[in-house]
Amino acid sequence: MKIPAVGESISSGVVSVWHKKSGEQVKKGEPLFTLETDKVSTEIVAETDGVLRTKAAEGQEVKIGEVVAEIEESSAAGAAPTNKEKGAPEQTSVAAVADRGRPESPTPPTDIALSPAVRRIVDEEKLDPAKISGTGKGGRITKGDALAVTQNRGAPERTDTEASPATEVAGPVESLAPAAQDGRVVRKKMSPLRRKIAQQLVMAQHTAAILTTFNECDMSEVQALRAHAQEQFTKKNGLKLGFMSFFVKATVAALKAVPPINGRIEGDYFIQNNFYDIGVAVGTERGLVVPVVRDADKKSFAELERDIADYAKKAREGKLKIEELQGGSFTISNGGVYGSLLSTPILNPPQSGILGMHKIMERPIAVNGAVVVRPMMYLALSYDHRIIDGKEAVTFLIKVKEGIENPKTLPIDF
Amino acid sequence: MDKFDVVIIGSGPGGYVAAIRAGQLGLKTAIIEKDKELGGTCLNIGCIPSKALLTSSDHFSFAKTEAAKHGIVIENPRVDLPTMQKRKDKVVKTLTGGVRQLMKTNKVMVLEGMGTITAPGKVSVKSSGGETQEIESKNIVIATGSVPIELPFAKFDGQRIVSSTEALCFTEAPKKFLVIGAGAIGLELGSVWNRLGSEVTMLEFLPRIAVGFDLELSNLLQRALTAQGIKFHLETKVTGVKVENGHVIASAEKANEKLTFEADKVLVSVGRKPFSEGLGAEKVGVEFDERKRIKVDKHFRTNVEGIYAIGDVIAGPMLAHKAEDEGIACVEIIAGKSGHVNYDAIPGIIYTNPELAGVGITEDQAKEKGMEVRIGKFPFRANGRALANEDVEGLVKFIADAKTDKILGAHILQHAASELIAEPTSVIEFGGSSEDLGRTTHSHPTLSEAVKEAAMAVEKRALHIVNR
Repeated sequence: MKIPAVGESISSGVVSVWHKKSGEQVKKGEPLFTLETDKVSTEIVAETDGVLRTKAAEGQEVKIGEVVAEIEESSAAGAAPTNKEKGAPEQTSVAAVADRGRPESPTPPTDIALSPAVRRIVDEEKLDPAKISGTGKGGRITKGDALAVTQNRGAPERTDTEASPATEVAGPVESLAPAAQDGRVVRKKMSPLRRKIAQQLVMAQHTAAILTTFNECDMSEVQALRAHAQEQFTKKNGLKLGFMSFFVKATVAALKAVPPINGRIEGDYFIQNNFYDIGVAVGTERGLVVPVVRDADKKSFAELERDIADYAKKAREGKLKIEELQGGSFTISNGGVYGSLLSTPILNPPQSGILGMHKIMERPIAVNGAVVVRPMMYLALSYDHRIIDGKEAVTFLIKVKEGIENPKTLPIDF
Repeated sequence: MDKFDVVIIGSGPGGYVAAIRAGQLGLKTAIIEKDKELGGTCLNIGCIPSKALLTSSDHFSFAKTEAAKHGIVIENPRVDLPTMQKRKDKVVKTLTGGVRQLMKTNKVMVLEGMGTITAPGKVSVKSSGGETQEIESKNIVIATGSVPIELPFAKFDGQRIVSSTEALCFTEAPKKFLVIGAGAIGLELGSVWNRLGSEVTMLEFLPRIAVGFDLELSNLLQRALTAQGIKFHLETKVTGVKVENGHVIASAEKANEKLTFEADKVLVSVGRKPFSEGLGAEKVGVEFDERKRIKVDKHFRTNVEGIYAIGDVIAGPMLAHKAEDEGIACVEIIAGKSGHVNYDAIPGIIYTNPELAGVGITEDQAKEKGMEVRIGKFPFRANGRALANEDVEGLVKFIADAKTDKILGAHILQHAASELIAEPTSVIEFGGSSEDLGRTTHSHPTLSEAVKEAAMAVEKRALHIVNR
């Protein structure tokens, strides 16, 4: 079993949970483990029937194409191993048969190398070494690290002269810094997804020359049109007409007017995308994900609303597939759902632009020399100044504003 | 000439190892050496020749006093000093020739002559023939090492008042040999000539020998060397040295008492100083500390861009292996990698018999700092292999953190301590605990079992002694 190639921007992931134990019989199609990448977590299923031999520990970072398990086909114990090219040890038929004949060891073998003292403490205190953060060379767990975990838990420090079997089964233990005992500071390891998000964001800011330009739009016309068409739209399509479809349509129109914003840099080349795959940022409990609405220019308002609603549901349930998160040419992020009035979004590499939507707020503005109260939204466009000039960025944002303020100019199809 | 990526000034263990690593990393590298042979002090007039003489003289001691205990009868063993010296020279030649070969295989250009930095990125090399060539390099690594410190009242004359260089090359054992300074160099060369027949007296200003090493073990070493016939005068301040009628007369003060020592030769081994002047470093603005050491940051960078320094010429213990690891780290940093040296895990060794080896903090340092530590000790007298070897002198001592059990220091006094210290050093490097070492299987019967037992003694569970 190799980590499947899941797209151009994902090179590695983390085996977060094994659903099957090494040595267990598995059936084709059964989920074997959860692969967590910087985009999503996905379940990887067995490719064939057989006996599972895991080769990667939980929490281990793995590369695309890396062998994480072997499945010995039970019908043909001598089946040729398939992973020679990766240098994985060849499993001979004799070994495979012998392996199955051997009784399973009481504790599943762990791939984390532990020092002898740490091994004793982990054993006696029933700790999960994967949850202890190591301060030793290369992140190894020292005896002091393991002792700190047992002490933070309140268990008495055991030396082997007074060793007695642990009476209580410990729950999952987070590694805490010694200073955390009073609870004023709690230190815990970031999840792989959060670490990846962190890396990506910093990478984006180090790579591109990010600059943000602002504008604002009057939402009256969209609100009026929406109110007017809502009933009919809902009846016809079985879902509500939201604001997002308008912004996607306005964005597509603006991208067509200012093409470079829909492009990207690749080495010394500029790549112009002539398709309109728009990423829509969705916040989840585990972090932000950006599923991509394909060919947004060719979709109706109803199709756009359905795509977005589907993605939001999948994202909440953690069921987004990796391919649904890849290949976007531009991103829309709506901080308004949390009440943000103004923000400067960070680019989603390798894209060159991201539109920030915000909270709709009634504000007094001047219209034809008179002060009137209108539902207003600030718009922000962060862009890669390496390839997009200020004039283009400003023009883009004005096009979006015009589309929203005059929705009838958009290709209305409801 | 093409521009180099790295030019290293000095081909001692710091410099030549840095050059090899630079070659491995694909950097266009040159090394400058003022002497005819590569290898610097260590290979030519330091670590290596002294070990050659220490081993030879140790064999002689064995033949004279130890062999009989094993039931081997050697009647009137004698020393053929010219042969002994020739063997030493051959060892040195083999190694320096090896270094030259290594330069070739790693595509490092060797430039013979005195290297002087004329500007950042520029070095001039003046050969012994007087020709000068200018070379350019993106990076310059100063690895010029150190030289013996001279006492103002006892200038080296190369005959009677000598440094370690000459003391390695005596053609006959001086009848009376005086050593000023009981550090590693003094103790080793004092041992050599004591074994080869000299009457050796050592004068030390401090109240102890082997400063920097664990006090308890240093005192045990002093006792062992005294039993071998070396006389020690501690807390003794040498005030003058003069040569009269081919004899050296040293005057000294000890607790307000005036002492006079007469000898055929006197070795001044009171330490070494960085060889940092006359390299042009000061001219291009490189900063020095108060002891004339070149100031560098954690990445071995001086304050001048593109100029680095490693080894004895910067702060830290003057040890070949420290210089080597700094050389590697420095070049890796130059190549954009992450080089690092862990100064808490650098062992130090005195190659007397027994050898004294130590890594990390000593028991006395831990006490001084008021650290909460636990000590584990194990004597070689209780080790089967040591008994079989008739080599029971010495002990192993561990200093571990009282809370985390992390090993903070390890000290060994034994004939083979220099080899035994590698294991605790490794464990310290990995942040290991005494229990880690104690739970690791050691072959039986070996001297290394004593290391394991001492580690177990930290938690009072050593097997072959009573744990107190």
